[in-house]
Amino acid sequence: MATQQTQLLARTLLTPAVALLFIWMIVPLALTIYFATLHYNLLDPGSESFVGLENFRYFLTDPAFLASLQNTLVLVGSVLAITILLGVPLALLLDQQVVGLSIVRLMVIAPFFVMPTVSALVWKNLLMHPVSGLFAWIAHLFGLPAIDWFNDAPLFSVILIISWQWLPFATLILLTALQSLDEEQKEAAEMDGASALSAFIYITLPHLARPITVVILIETIFLLTVFAEIFVTTGGGPGLQTTNIAFLIYSQALIQYDVGSASAGGLVAVVLANIVAFFLVRIVGRNLEA
Amino acid sequence: MGQITLQGVQKSFGPVHIIKGADLDIADGSFVVFVGPSGCGKTTLLRLIAGLEDVTGGAILIDGRNVVDVPPAKRGLSMVFQSYALYPHMSVRGNIAFGLKMAGVARDEISRKVEAAAATLNLTPYLDRKPRELSGGQRQRVAIGRAIVREPKAFLFDEPLSNLDAALRVQMRLEVTRLQKQLGTTAIYVTHDQVEAMTMADKIVVLNAGKIEQYGSPLELYEKPNNLFVAGFIGSPKMNFITGEPAHQHGAMTIGVRPEHLKVERDGQGGWHGTVSVAEHLGSDTFLYVDAGPQGMLTARYVGELGLSPGDKVSLIPESARIHRFDDGGKAIRA
Repeated sequence: MATQQTQLLARTLLTPAVALLFIWMIVPLALTIYFATLHYNLLDPGSESFVGLENFRYFLTDPAFLASLQNTLVLVGSVLAITILLGVPLALLLDQQVVGLSIVRLMVIAPFFVMPTVSALVWKNLLMHPVSGLFAWIAHLFGLPAIDWFNDAPLFSVILIISWQWLPFATLILLTALQSLDEEQKEAAEMDGASALSAFIYITLPHLARPITVVILIETIFLLTVFAEIFVTTGGGPGLQTTNIAFLIYSQALIQYDVGSASAGGLVAVVLANIVAFFLVRIVGRNLEA
Repeated sequence: MGQITLQGVQKSFGPVHIIKGADLDIADGSFVVFVGPSGCGKTTLLRLIAGLEDVTGGAILIDGRNVVDVPPAKRGLSMVFQSYALYPHMSVRGNIAFGLKMAGVARDEISRKVEAAAATLNLTPYLDRKPRELSGGQRQRVAIGRAIVREPKAFLFDEPLSNLDAALRVQMRLEVTRLQKQLGTTAIYVTHDQVEAMTMADKIVVLNAGKIEQYGSPLELYEKPNNLFVAGFIGSPKMNFITGEPAHQHGAMTIGVRPEHLKVERDGQGGWHGTVSVAEHLGSDTFLYVDAGPQGMLTARYVGELGLSPGDKVSLIPESARIHRFDDGGKAIRA
C-alpha cells in the first residue's frame, strides 16, 4: 500500500489540517513572544515600546513568581498523591460484585462531570462556608469551633476541591485496569497461597503501574493550569497563598493590566511545563513502553 | 501421597445444577483425565477439587481428609491454567518461586528448588526472561514448573494444551505424560479432546451434563462403553448407530458399530449394501461415508487405499463380536 502515489495522496490530504493546526499554534505563540518584548500596559495605551528582555527580568525577580511556582508544585503533587492513594482502594472497592453497584459507580464518577466553577462554588458556599457551610454545622454538632477554611488553610482547601474533582478520573482509569486483570492470574496467586495483601502487592499493584503512569501524566498536564477553582474561591489569596503560575499570569494581565509582563510569564510557564514534562516522561514514561 | 475421593459432590450456580452428584476414586500416582463436551462440568469439577469454587453438597477427600472447607493453598494441590496465568511482570524465576515465597520457604532453598524444576523442564536458559519473551511452549513449561516446584499431592491441569498449535500439542502431551510418570504424582487433567484423553490417561472420566457417564481405562471405554453417550464420544471417527429393524434383529433398540469394525467390500455379498457418497483418502486410511438405505448413513474406515469414488456400490460387513447393543434407555446390553 505504501507506494509513492498513496504517500503523496496522504500528504496532500493531511496538509490542510496540519496547516490549520500549525497556524492555530504559531500565531498566538508569535504574538506572545512579540508582546513579551514590549512595554505594553492597558492603562497606558499608545505608549508601547520595545524593552528587550526587561519583562522577563521583572517577572522572574518578582517574589510572587517563586511563591506561585512553589504553590503550583505543591498543588500538583498533593492532588496527584491524594487521587492515586484514594483512587486505588476506591477502584478495588468498585471492582467487587455488590448489589446496587451501578448506582454507586455512577455517583463516584459524577464529580468529574461538574464544571470546575460550579464545584468550586458549591464547596465554597455550601460545604466550607464558616457560617452556613455543612462542615461548620458538623463541627457544631461535636461542639467544635467552625473552621474558616479559605483563611486558615487556603491552599489545602483548594487542593481538597481539586482532588475531589480528579479522584473520579483516577478511579475510573484504575477501575478499568483492574477489570482487565486476568481472573486466572488471581486464581493462580490464590493457589500459590498468596494472602489478599500479598496478591495485591505482587499481582495487582504491578498490573496497575501502567494506568497509574497514565493518571500521573494526564493529571499533571491539567493541574499545572488550574485556574477556575482558585479564581472562584480565594482569588489567589490571602496574600499569595493560593496563587499558582496560571493565576499569577492572569493577575499580571487583567489585574495589573501589564500585558508585556504577563506574556513573559506565559512563556516562562511554557518552558516550565516542558521541563516538568521532560522529567515526568523520563521517570514514569518507561512504564508505557510495551 | 495423593489419593483423591469424591463423595456425592454437587455444585449449583443458583437454580442451575452444574454437577449432579459425582462419586470418584482417584488412586495415588494415577493420571486421570476428565473429558466431555463443552459445558459438561469438567472444568467446574476440577475447580471444586482445587477449591476455587465451593461445593454445594458432598465431600472431597484428599488422603482421607475432607477438604471442602480448606482454602485452595492449604489443599496441597497445584494447578496449570488454560491461559497459563503467568505473572507478566515477574521473570520466569519469580513465577516459579512465587508459591514457595508465599509459603515462607528459605531463600537458598527456593533458589535450589527453582533451579531443579527449571532443569527438569529445560528452562534454565530462560530463568531471567519475562513471560512475554517466551514462546507458547515455553510459557506452558513455566506454568508446569510453577506447579511442580511446590511438590504437590496432585497436579490439576485445566485444558493446558488448547492454546498450542497441533504439532506442539503432540510434543507437550508426551512431555507432560513422561513428567508425571517420572514424578509419580497424581494428576487430574481436563480436556475436551478425546485423543488427548485416550493417549494420556491411566483412567478416563467421561462427563456429560454434570454426570459421570463412565470411569475406566481408555481401552475399557473403547471396548465396553456403558451407554450411547460414551460409545459416541470415544473413538474417531464416531461410532455408527443404527436403529429400527436391523437393530431389532440383534435384540436391541440401537446397535453401534465402529467405522474400523466394518469390513468394506466392493460389490460384495452379504452385510449392508450402500452407495459411497464421500470418500476421504488419507493415504494410510480411507474414510467412506456410505448411504446404506435402511441403515442410514454409515462411516467406514478402510486401512489402505481401495480406489473407491462417490457413486460406487459397496457392501459393509460388521464384525459380529464387535457390535455394541443398547436398550431403549441408551444403556449397553451385555450378553
